[in-house]
Amino acid sequence: MIRALLLLAMAIAILPLGPTGARAEPEEEIIADLSQNNVAITTRFVGSEILVFGAIKRESPPPGESPLGLIITISGPSEPIVVRRKARRAGIWVNADAVHIDSAPSFYAVSTNAPMREILIGSEDLAHKISTRQAISSFWTTQLSPDTPDFIEALIRLRRQAGLYQFHEGGVRIRAETLFRSSVRLPSNLVEGTYSARIFLTRNGRVIATYRTAIEVNKVGMERWIFNLAHQRPLIYGLLSIVIAIIAGWGASSAFRYLRG
Amino acid sequence: MQVYLPIAEISVSAFLLLGLGGIVGMLSGMFGVGGGFLITPLLFFIGIPPPVAVATGTNQIVASSFSAVLAHLKKRSVDLRMGSVLLAGGLAGAALGVQLFAYLSRIGQIDLLVQLSYVGFLGVIGFLMLLESLRAMQRARKPGYRAKRHHHTWIHALPLKMKFRRSGLYISVIPPLLVGAAVGILSAIMGVGGGFIMVPAMIYLLGMPTKVVIGTSLFQIIFVTGFTTIMHATTNYSVDMVLAVLLIVGGVIGAQIGTRIGTRLKAEQLRILLALLVLAVCAKIALGLVLEPEELYSISRLKGGA
Repeated sequence: MIRALLLLAMAIAILPLGPTGARAEPEEEIIADLSQNNVAITTRFVGSEILVFGAIKRESPPPGESPLGLIITISGPSEPIVVRRKARRAGIWVNADAVHIDSAPSFYAVSTNAPMREILIGSEDLAHKISTRQAISSFWTTQLSPDTPDFIEALIRLRRQAGLYQFHEGGVRIRAETLFRSSVRLPSNLVEGTYSARIFLTRNGRVIATYRTAIEVNKVGMERWIFNLAHQRPLIYGLLSIVIAIIAGWGASSAFRYLRG
Repeated sequence: MQVYLPIAEISVSAFLLLGLGGIVGMLSGMFGVGGGFLITPLLFFIGIPPPVAVATGTNQIVASSFSAVLAHLKKRSVDLRMGSVLLAGGLAGAALGVQLFAYLSRIGQIDLLVQLSYVGFLGVIGFLMLLESLRAMQRARKPGYRAKRHHHTWIHALPLKMKFRRSGLYISVIPPLLVGAAVGILSAIMGVGGGFIMVPAMIYLLGMPTKVVIGTSLFQIIFVTGFTTIMHATTNYSVDMVLAVLLIVGGVIGAQIGTRIGTRLKAEQLRILLALLVLAVCAKIALGLVLEPEELYSISRLKGGA
């Protein structure tokens, strides 16, 4: 309840300042699409490449003096996680400290057309939660400790190594200040759910237009069936895995005996 | 060929998994061990989350022991009564072990417990096996030695005695119950069958004759690991069917090759090799605990099995 009220208060505080809110007729608008809005995780899934492309629509010629910024983010479903740090205790390395993070995207890719700090100012980043650091919400971190930032940095580093967090400065190509395209590689270790793709158009570091669309990532076919069974009917799933194991083991060894005559 | 594992939620090469199952199957065929103590750490090394590795490991053991149990039942080398007593203890132990596993996963100490258990048990067993086989080799050179059986110890003073005809024993049910429970806990935590504990315990602690030991221990293991699989599936949702099937198929093929190699080697040589293998796995895991890890941080998701 308190959390909801606080969020509401924050939203109200931000709204009037919001760059897209007040204008009746935006000078520049984003028109965009994705190469695919559905990603199917099958048994042979090895990852996927998503192409984001579009154009900037405007009534008048582009305002030349201020640089154009374009930022594309793709984020996976957020979930609470725990980051742990090992320390040496009695001669061995064990998990010692832990920080609970309320919500971190399972996947997050940011692509820009220019260095981030040149096209986005801090307050806009904070309002729209664009950079990876802002996308991770640690506001309600239950175990406040002075080195919480270290843990969040470690989270970003680990997920970057796994290809789950990506940052491509210059990953967005713009032609004649109008057409743009960028591609994002989704790795094979994806979490399923609704992913959101956002495009931000900035001038002088301020967001002047946004575009948002969804990408559905789902297990299909056998993967879907196994996963659902395991979570919805765990007892039947457990029994079934034993039966399958016995058939596979017994079957393969009988086949061998048969082959040897 | 990459295969996406639905529960582990990662994509791994199918040939790597078949090969892994094959190598472990070959070793288990050569040495006559279940191989759970090898397959679970190997799954950690290739990046399968520990809960999935442990739960799927137990599932794989059911498959690899099943045809062996059938063979032993046919040869009548299973003491069903002793097996049932061990099993009763084993089920209680496994139930406890799975709860312990779920609790330690929540507080982030499960890796530590699994690693420590491996280091402790593999270290002790490997060392004892090495000593024993070295001694056996010395004995083989000195003829005229006879091993003595049936030494009377405190085991025989306990109450609740029961007759185990096939083993030719009249002992209390308490020691077999405790042995079963200990193995059940190990099975749930380490993803192993526990034969490497059970067999020595049956011979040295319970004084069972060697001819029924293997069959009876397999009989107990198949039920305990089956039960553990179901418990892991219902408590931690961490059994991966696709992973299990790939390991099993590789394992069965490897076991056939291993059995052939095994018959060409001498028993003492085999035991020394196995002891060295066990000690090598133990050393690898121990180093991981003692050396400063490259990455101090780790992430765990609160939802889901992995």
